[in-house]
Amino acid sequence: MTEKDPNLLLQHAPLLQQGMTTPQAMRDVLYALLPVTLAAVWFFGLGAILVLLASIAGAALTEWTFASQEKGGESLLDGTALLTGLLLGLTLPPGLPLWMAFLGGAVSIGLGKVIWGGLGHNLFNPALVGRAFLLATFPIAMTTWAPLTGADGFFTVQPSNLALPFMQSGTDAVTSATPLGLMKFEQQSTPLVNLIIGNTAGSLGETSGLLLIAGGIYLWMRRDLDWRIPVSILITVMIFSAILDMVDSTRFPDPLFSVFSGGMLLGSIYMATDPVTSPITPKGAWIFGVGVGLLVVLIRAFGGLPEGMMYSILLMNAATPLIDRYTQPRVFGRGKALT
Amino acid sequence: MSPNDLTMDDFLKGLWDENPVFVHLLGMCPVLAVSNTVINALSMGLATLFVLILSSALISMLRRIIPKQVRIAAFILIIATFVTVAEYVIQAISLEIHRGLGAFISLIVVNCMILGQAESFASKNNVVTSVLAATGAGVGFIFAIFCMGAVREVLGSGTFAGIDLFGPHYQPWVIMILPGGGFFVLGALLLVTNRINGWLVARKEVLEQEVAGSSATPGR
Repeated sequence: MTEKDPNLLLQHAPLLQQGMTTPQAMRDVLYALLPVTLAAVWFFGLGAILVLLASIAGAALTEWTFASQEKGGESLLDGTALLTGLLLGLTLPPGLPLWMAFLGGAVSIGLGKVIWGGLGHNLFNPALVGRAFLLATFPIAMTTWAPLTGADGFFTVQPSNLALPFMQSGTDAVTSATPLGLMKFEQQSTPLVNLIIGNTAGSLGETSGLLLIAGGIYLWMRRDLDWRIPVSILITVMIFSAILDMVDSTRFPDPLFSVFSGGMLLGSIYMATDPVTSPITPKGAWIFGVGVGLLVVLIRAFGGLPEGMMYSILLMNAATPLIDRYTQPRVFGRGKALT
Repeated sequence: MSPNDLTMDDFLKGLWDENPVFVHLLGMCPVLAVSNTVINALSMGLATLFVLILSSALISMLRRIIPKQVRIAAFILIIATFVTVAEYVIQAISLEIHRGLGAFISLIVVNCMILGQAESFASKNNVVTSVLAATGAGVGFIFAIFCMGAVREVLGSGTFAGIDLFGPHYQPWVIMILPGGGFFVLGALLLVTNRINGWLVARKEVLEQEVAGSSATPGR
């Protein structure tokens, strides 16, 4: 009765229904990632699909195993596990053995989400937890980048993809360097056109700058995305790397290269904006983005690894509760914000 | 309850019910730090058992002489004596193990499990009971650190006590030998033991209800 009759609303706030549900938001992100996924298959061949499927299967199976004990498996249907698996898969190198991708998906959900209490309770982005685990566990396989296969080699599956569980691949894989690796270790820049289109070596979903931005704009139009986070990350990275570039342009890349190379766009648009692990206040979102941007450039320029997107997002995830606490807006009628 | 039962109970509770690692979460420093191989884990466990038994015995003997105000300092002194003995013995047996364990042999002094045993048990009970309880806790500790070492070495290097298990193509899980892997394995083992304890408690409750129900039945 109370729900139908608008004159007698007996529920407490929020009274305005937004109509946005978790499955719907997840579906939007999946649509936004579809072009990137297709580009990954186009550039890296059939092996890319297998890696993505293995990672999704690991995530979904773990979610189902744990969630089915609690609530009849309904949390699998909201699509968050599928999205986590897909996002993790897009950050993996093309030649990764499938069992590692599966393990990564399982760790993402198991250690990244379920152990914290499920959706909405996790401190760190689950996909990045899985990737950090894989990078620490299999450092060589996670930094072996298979070369592009191109259109003629669509059915290419890297031999290292098919390594038996718990085994290394027997043969030595053909490898190539990522643009960031070339920059860091050989001071060799990659043309910006290749970075924007995406025909460079790298993780499955990070190469094509154009499609990543297109997906981001779609998400922003659908209001699934806090635009402040990617914008502040990218502006910070540009400013900071422009300063470094002025200091020593042979050692440090120019700002546009910094933005379009590596996992910068994939991370800032799809992972840093995870609503669970990023600040909810607008001011907090700016602080979060600036922090991620500064850390990325610091790690890329002075750290031991060529890429630092994953660690900087994870570090800022850890700071998110603190940021949220200190950026609470002033309550109307009160002098100071509640801290 | 006869005194005999009591002493056996003191021994047995250290093995599982009051396992120093899995239940009391004591002695985490060696459990996390030197459980990366089975050999390291076992030698650390044995050294700890040795120190635990002898220090408990001596503290129990001296419990009426040690003044309450300086008891912690006295306990540390006694423990440190036996740790020094253990360190020299390990050095004499195998220099390799001594290098593998490194500073963690000396750090047995500050293992809170040993000090806890001294403070909460040995300083209040007679020598036989103290030694029994110390043996139970020490064996429980060896069991726990051995489980850690076995999981971490098999996954992290593909070997068990140095014996190659899976052939040359095995892909080692590097993180398992690193400190991070110690936390993962400890967490997983705690999960398993808590699960088992949950089942045991549930079963015990069911049994008790049945016993209560049958004794209440008239005519029996």
